[in-house]
Amino acid sequence: MSLETTTTIRTKSKKSRSLLQDVFIRLITQKPLGLVGGIIVLIMLLTGIFANFLAPHSYSEYISGQFLKPPSINYPMGTDNVGRDIFSRVIYGARVSMIVGLSGAFIDVMIAAFIGILCGYIGGKLDLIVQRFVDAFMCFPALMLVITVMSIVGNGMTQITVVLGIVWGIGGSRIVRGAVISIKENVYIEAARSIGASLLKMITRHLLPNIMAPLIVLFTIAVGGIILAEASMSFLGYGIPPPTPSWGGMLSGNGRYYMQLAWWMAFWPGLALTTAVFGVNMLGDALRDLFDPRLRGGLGRFNLSKVNKIKNKIDNLNRNK
Amino acid sequence: MRQYAIRRLLLLIPTMLLVSIIVFLMIRLIPGDVIDLIMRQNMFQTQHNREVTQEAIRHRLGLDQPMLVQYGKWMWALFHGDLGTSMWTDRPVTEELRNRLPISIELGLIGIIIGLLIALPVGIISGIRQDSAADYIGRIFAILCIAVPNFWIATMVIVFPSIWFHWTPNLQVIPFSSNPMGHIVQFIIPGTVLGMALSGYTMRMTRTMMLETLRQDYIRTAWSKGLSERMVITRHALKNALIPVVSIAALQVPILIGGEVIIEQIFSLPGIGRYFLDAISNRDYAVVSGINIVVALIIVLNNLGTDLLYGLIDPRIKY
Repeated sequence: MSLETTTTIRTKSKKSRSLLQDVFIRLITQKPLGLVGGIIVLIMLLTGIFANFLAPHSYSEYISGQFLKPPSINYPMGTDNVGRDIFSRVIYGARVSMIVGLSGAFIDVMIAAFIGILCGYIGGKLDLIVQRFVDAFMCFPALMLVITVMSIVGNGMTQITVVLGIVWGIGGSRIVRGAVISIKENVYIEAARSIGASLLKMITRHLLPNIMAPLIVLFTIAVGGIILAEASMSFLGYGIPPPTPSWGGMLSGNGRYYMQLAWWMAFWPGLALTTAVFGVNMLGDALRDLFDPRLRGGLGRFNLSKVNKIKNKIDNLNRNK
Repeated sequence: MRQYAIRRLLLLIPTMLLVSIIVFLMIRLIPGDVIDLIMRQNMFQTQHNREVTQEAIRHRLGLDQPMLVQYGKWMWALFHGDLGTSMWTDRPVTEELRNRLPISIELGLIGIIIGLLIALPVGIISGIRQDSAADYIGRIFAILCIAVPNFWIATMVIVFPSIWFHWTPNLQVIPFSSNPMGHIVQFIIPGTVLGMALSGYTMRMTRTMMLETLRQDYIRTAWSKGLSERMVITRHALKNALIPVVSIAALQVPILIGGEVIIEQIFSLPGIGRYFLDAISNRDYAVVSGINIVVALIIVLNNLGTDLLYGLIDPRIKY
C-alpha cells in the first residue's frame, strides 16, 4: 500500500515538471557537450555583465608609455599600438558580443514568428506574394546583403544588431512558416476556429505555444551566427565603429597592421570570439536535440519527418501532373 | 522531370525580377553620391566650374534621368549581357567580371573540395561509431569549424608562420599559363580556410544521415546476409546516406560567396569579393548592382541545379 502511494507521487512529480525544467535536467544528465557549452555561455554572460569589475583598465584608457607590450603579468594579453590593455578590451568585448547576439536573435525570432505565422496561418495570396520576397532575399549571400544595408544605414551597434536581426529573421521565417502549416491541420485548431476564436486569440493561445520549440531552437542557433556575423562586419569596417571594443573590430585595421610586430593584438580577440561562438553552438545543438529531436534528427533517431517530406513531395508532384 | 524543370525555370522569372528591383534600388539608397567622390579628385576648381562638371558627370552617367527610366535602361542592357560600366574607372563591368569571376570560382571550388575532404571521413566515422571517443572528437571538431571566424584563422595563418619560420603565404596571383602548379597551390591555404566552415555543416549532416541510414531495414538485411562491415558501409549505407549530403554541400554556395568576400580581402586575391567591397566604398552603383545580380543568378541556378540533380541521383524521387 505504502509502496503504491510513493510510486503515484513520484510519477505525479515527474509529470508536473515543466518543459524548461525537464530540458534543464536532461541537459545536465544526457548532454555532456551541451553542458560544457552552457558553462562557457554562462561565463561569457557573467563576464559581459560584470565587465566593469573584472577589467583592470577601461577599454579606452591609454596607458602612457606602454605601447605594443607583449603579454606579461601586468597586461595578461599585452597592450595595443596606442597603449590600451587588450585583456580589458577583450572583457568589454564579451559585453558587446552578448548584447548584439542576444538582442539580434530576439529581433530575429520576433520577425520570423511574425512573417511565419502570418504566411503559414493565413496562407493564400498573401503567402504567395510574401514568399516571393523571401525567395528574392534568399538569393543574396547574407554577408553581401548586410554590407550593402550597413552602408545605407551607417555603422553603429544598434544598426548592426537590427540589420542582422532582420536578415536572419527573414531567413528564419521559412522554418516558422513550415511549423505553422504542419500544426494548422490539427483538430484543436479546427475546434478553436469553429467556436469562433478571433485571429489574435488563435495566434496567442493555440499557435504560439505549439511553435515554441522551433522558436527557441531558432533563437539559440541565431545567437552564435549573429555574434560571428557582427564580428565579420566589424572586421570589414561595416559594423561597430571604434573605440567600442568589438572582437571583430579589434582584429581589423591596427590589429592587422601591427600583426607581424604584435601577434597578441589579433590573437586574443579571435580566441575569445571562437570560444564564445563554440559555447553558444554546443549549447544550441544540445537544446535542439532536447526540444525537438525531429527537427534535424540530431539524436540519430529514425527520421520520420524526412520520409514524410519526400512522400509529400512525390504526392504533390503526382497531383500536379 | 522535364515538365518540372520547365516549371521551375518559369518560376525563376518573377524571383529574378524582384531581385533585380531590390539590387537596383538598394545601392541607390546609400547616402553619399558617386559624384561627390569623383569630384573630390578635382579639388582645385571654381565653384561655377564644379557645378558644371558635376552636372556633366551626372548626365554622362545617366543619373539625371528618372529612376524608372534608369531601371528600364539597366534592365534592357542586362538582357543584352551588358552590366554597364564602372562609374569610377569607366571599365565595363562585364569585362572586369570575366577577369575576376574565374578566380573566385576557382577559390570556391577548392574550398568545397577541401571542405568535403575533411567533412566526409570525419562525418562517416562519427556516424558509424556513435558515442565513441572518435564521435565526440569529430563532433567537437565540427562545431569548432563553424565557430572559428574565417578572418581570424586567415590572419593567424599569415602571422604565425611569418614569426616562426619567416615565411608568408604568397599574396600575389600566379597566372595559370606561367606556372600551372603554383597557380593551384596558391589557392590551397585560402581554400582550406574557406572550406573549414563548410566542412563543419557537411560533417554534421553526414553524421546524421549515416546514423539514420544505418537504422534502415536493408542495412539489417545486409548485416544478416553476413556481409563484412566494409561492404555494408561502402556498398549499402554510404550510397544512400550521401544523397542529402550532396544537396547540403551544394546549398552552401551563399555562405561560400560570403566567405570569399573576406578571404579575398585578406589574401589579396582579385576576385569578385574584393571587387564588391571596393565598389561599395566607392558608391559605384553599376558595379555593385552588377555583382549582386550575377551572384544572385549563380545562387538561383545553383539551387535549381541541386534540386534537379537530387532527382537524378535519387531514383525514389520522381518529378
